[in-house]
Order: sequence, then C-alpha cells, then structure tokens
Amino acid sequence: MNIQTTKRMTAAEVALVEAYTEQVGDLPGDASVTSTRDRLLDDIKNTGLPTRRVESWHYTDLRTLLRSVPAPVAAAPSLETIAPLVDGSKVLPVLQGSASASASVEGVEVSSFADALLSGAAASGLMALDRDDAIGKINGSLVRDGYALAVPAGAEIETPIELQALHGAGQVHTRFPAVFGAGSKATIIERHRSATGEAALVSSISDVTLEDGADVVWVIMQEQGADDTHLGQIRVRFGADAKLKLFVVNAGGKLVRQELRIDVEGEGSELTLRGVNLLGHETHTDVTLVLGHNVPHTNSTEIIRNVVFDRARGVFQGMIRVAPDAQKTDAKMACNTLLLTDDGEFSVKPELEIFADDVICGHGATVADIDDNHLYYLKSRGIPENKARAMLVNAFVAEVVEELEDEKLVEALESVISAWLEKHA
Amino acid sequence: MLEIKNLHARIAEDGTEIIRGLNLTVKPGEVAAIMGPNGSGKSTLSYILSGREDYEVTEGDILYNGESILELDPAERASKGIFLAFQYPVEIPGVATMQFLKIAMNEQRKARGEEELTTPDFMRRVKEAAGELKIDPAMLRRPLNVGFSGGEKKRAEILQMALLEPKLCILDETDSGLDIDALKIVADGVNALKSPDRAVIVITHYQRLLEYIVPDSVHVLYKGQVIRSGSKDLALELEANGYADIIGEAA
Repeated sequence: MNIQTTKRMTAAEVALVEAYTEQVGDLPGDASVTSTRDRLLDDIKNTGLPTRRVESWHYTDLRTLLRSVPAPVAAAPSLETIAPLVDGSKVLPVLQGSASASASVEGVEVSSFADALLSGAAASGLMALDRDDAIGKINGSLVRDGYALAVPAGAEIETPIELQALHGAGQVHTRFPAVFGAGSKATIIERHRSATGEAALVSSISDVTLEDGADVVWVIMQEQGADDTHLGQIRVRFGADAKLKLFVVNAGGKLVRQELRIDVEGEGSELTLRGVNLLGHETHTDVTLVLGHNVPHTNSTEIIRNVVFDRARGVFQGMIRVAPDAQKTDAKMACNTLLLTDDGEFSVKPELEIFADDVICGHGATVADIDDNHLYYLKSRGIPENKARAMLVNAFVAEVVEELEDEKLVEALESVISAWLEKHA
Repeated sequence: MLEIKNLHARIAEDGTEIIRGLNLTVKPGEVAAIMGPNGSGKSTLSYILSGREDYEVTEGDILYNGESILELDPAERASKGIFLAFQYPVEIPGVATMQFLKIAMNEQRKARGEEELTTPDFMRRVKEAAGELKIDPAMLRRPLNVGFSGGEKKRAEILQMALLEPKLCILDETDSGLDIDALKIVADGVNALKSPDRAVIVITHYQRLLEYIVPDSVHVLYKGQVIRSGSKDLALELEANGYADIIGEAA
C-alpha cells in the first residue's frame, strides 16, 4: 500500500486528523491508550480511508463518499433523553457521546467506557480488527466514552436496556463493551438518533461477549439525521450453547456502514440475524457481515430485507466462513430487496467460504418490485393504490420483525417502520 | 344494475382479443349464471368488471347503475359496490387477515362518506360472519390467505363479501376445489346475501353449484360472446348435452 501514502489527503481525512490533534490532550486514556490511539491515527494518515480497491469496501468507497467531516463541537449541545423505544426499558443515556456518571441498571454492572480508557483497561480492545478495519481505526483513535456492561452469570434481566445515543452537530465516537455471563439473559437496544438534525459524524462499536449458555437479544436501531454519517460495528464472540438474536434496523443517515463481525466459537451456539434497511432520498447504506463458524455444531440464519425508494443505494455483503473442523454447521442467508424506483440501487454480495465437508450452507438473494397481483387483490377490495402499496411494503418487512416474538419489541419496531414508510411513500 | 354493451377487450400486454362483442344485462335482485367451455372468456370478464389493469377495453361500454365504470380503478369500483370473489385468491405474507379486513371495510366506508367502524363493532361483525361460514378463528389470525386450504380460501372470499356488503357480487368458479359440505356452506353464505337491490353473477363450469345457488338467468359464453341466454333449465340442458350443440347452432 505504498502508493496510497503519496495520495493527497481528502478533506475528510484532513478533518479526522485535525479532530485528533485538536483534542489530543483532552481525549481520555492512560499512556497505553494514548499510544494505541496514536498508532491508529498514523495508520489513517498513512493509508487514508479505504477506497473501492479494498475488497471489503468495494461497494462503499469511503474515501469518495465521505466528503466532509464536521469538526468536533467543544461545548456539548444541551440534549435530553427521550422515551425509550420499548415502553418500560431502562435507559442508559449517551448524550453527544458522553455517558451519564449516575447511570445504573439493577442486576447489571454498568460503568463508563471513559473510565476504562483512563485506567488503560480498554487499551488492548482499541486495536483495529484488521488492516481494512477503518471503523475500528477511526473509533479507536477518537472514542471518548460509552458504557461497559457486565451481566453476571445466571442473571435474567427482564427489563430491556436501552443504550440511547443522541447527538447534535459535530462528532460522536462511542464504544459499548458488553459481557453476558454464563446462562444469563438480557435484551439490549442500541439506539442511535439525531436529536437536532445537524450534520454529525458518528462512530460506534459494540463489543459483545456471550459466555456459555447466555441468551441475548440485541437490537441496533439506527435513525440518524439526513446529513449524518454513521459508522457502526458490532463484534460478537459466542461461547458454547449461547444464543443471540441480532436485529439491525437502518432507518436514517446519509452515509451508513454497519459492520457485523461475528465469531461463533462455542459448540451448540445459535445466531439469528435479521436486518431491515429502509432506504430513501440520496443516501448510501451498507450492511457488512463477516461471520465465522469456527467450531462444529453451530447454527445461524440471516435474513436481510431492504426497501429502496428514491435514489437510495444499499449494499449487503454477507461473508460466512466455515472453518475446516466446523462440521455440522447449519447456516442459511437470504437478502431480499423491494426496489421501488428506477433510480434506486441495491448491491448484494453473498460469500460462502466453506472448508468443512459436512455442513449445510446456503444463500439466496432476490430483487423485485411490488407484486402486481397482490396490489390488484388489495385494490379490488376497495383499498386505494397508495394505501395498498404501503401495506405491501410494510408486510415485506413485517415478516422478519414478527420473528422477534417479544410483542412489545415487535410493536415498537413496527411503529418505527410504519412511521418511516409514511414519510417516504 | 349492470349493462354490458358490445364489449371488446384484449390482453394489454400482447393484444390478444378475449372478449369480442359481449352483451349482458343483469337486474337488481337477479342471480345470473355464466357458463361456458374453458377459454371462452369467463374469468377475463370477471377481471374486466373488477377493473384489472392487465386488460384493455377497445370497444363498447360497461354501465353500472347507468354510469360507465371503464375509467374507474379497482378500488373505486369496489367502493361503489362491485365485488369479485376470486377463483384463485392470492396469498399475501405479512398482511394480517384481520388488519386487511378492517382497512378494506373502512376504506370503502370512507370513499362513500360513511363513518369508520369502531374496533368493537368491526370485531362483532367479523365474528358473526365468520361463525355463519364456519370459519375457524385461528384462520383469521394468519396472514391473508397464507397457508389456507383451497376451501378455506373460498370461504375467506365469501367472508369478505359478507363484510363488504357489495351490490354486485361476481363469483368466479367459487365451487372449484370445494367438497360438497364446503359448497353448501358457501352457497348458504351467498344466498343469505340475496336481496332485491343486490345482483349476483355466478361463473361456473358445472350445474352442481346452481343447485344450491339457483339462477334467474343462464348465459353461455363462447369465444368472448354470449351465444345463448335462457332460464335455469339451460344449465340442465348443458349438463346433459354439453356445449357442442349450442356452439354448433351459434356457428
């Protein structure tokens, strides 16, 4: 990558470096954290943001797409928490990237990520996952805060916990390490939302460890503003017999990349991934999954549903790697797109790398418009065209939402989805 | 109530002419049976009446209560009281049956300038109508027509008809795929809707259905035209002798 060092830096790259140099004395961290930050930033300086030549960024040329990066805002705007997505949830607020010192959840150890930076405990986790992990690099160099959650072994946390990340203009870089002890149960809602509509750059990494037998529902609800860039990543490690339902909804943002980096390292574990991408206007949204089935006897299903309006562009990259000794892996992936305009676009890149011989792995992708027969049927019952279309689009995504089973959660997601569709249809 | 005058229609996509100068009049309160061999245009006629956009009317007119409906889309025709019970109702995953029924009823009411139904009122109506058609409440909790058996789909069509209270009911081979018990239930459902201000058009291949829904008139369709009209005895004659004689006479 020597060629890239001679490239002129883009405005966004310059702004990222400046954001770092301006804040360097102020970003929390001990010496080890600071030196890790330095290294990550040097890396950004030297290699630049990834371009289409980098395979994992081929459909989302970040260097070209990220035109500008707003400067960090020194004085945080006054933001207030909003009602949780699911009634009765325990809200852990992250306002303009800062955790609340007084936040707590009964039965869960909650601490601020800034503390882990200050003590140096967070240093090793700050490293990027690999050479092309641009989100890891940006976030690792600039992260200020977030929450560290630890659910003790055997604890069953009935109340959903909402990580409520709200922001105004500027930059927000957060991290949420979460450890779910053996046999524990919990529901986490990671919610990203613009409070003011002013342009922001948001990066956020959730670092999730499921110990043996943990049973977790994790929802990522991304409702950023029309001018926001959202760079999200969730890293997941599975223990034996652990279960995760991971639900990702993208319903906002101008430039969005949500990475799911999942390693299944415990036998008997089960991943259910469901994604809904609601894409409108001139936006770019990328969901990239890298899933490693690394041990025998693990299951996963992945269903992504996309609705594309206007001139929106979407990307789903789904890489499933089955390690040589990961026999009896059962993995099924599907990506279905409802393309409602001629100017919309959706790119799907499923990849299966299978090194074991006794596995069931499959993938399928469809792209279609609304079925005319369905539309005619609804209209023939007196439902006007617009309403009938909205019903069918809703139905297309409702199918996967209903799989969540938790009625309150289903209702909450459905109301976000129908509100979005009402605005865009 | 319905007056079809010299109707010519073709498939929009490839221009194939299916209806070729069809004339038919149905009065309020009348039950009209339309029979005819395969490919004579029976189902096409039902689609055209409902306003399906896959067909183009090239000549003639369809008057409903004295007004042409050719320019109306299917939803507008439905809210004016035209209902087609489909031969093959489509399955629509993700659309809950109850939600669909409520939206359809209320959209029609809105279009007619009537008050929307309250939820309790809606529930009561569905419960009553479903009970009469012996529809399992579990069926109504499923997505629209998804996983319904052939018979269940037909019953669901009649349930919709009962709830929407149309003025012109068109039944497209509602008897196909029904066993004799289901056929009786469906026929009872249709007969219960008969009234002096409501007309029913029954499209069928067989006399069997007409034993339960007794027609006032029978019309034989062949190559897109009505080639013979008569009383209910005409259906018996067809059952005994087939279409060959009548087609021969017309030719």
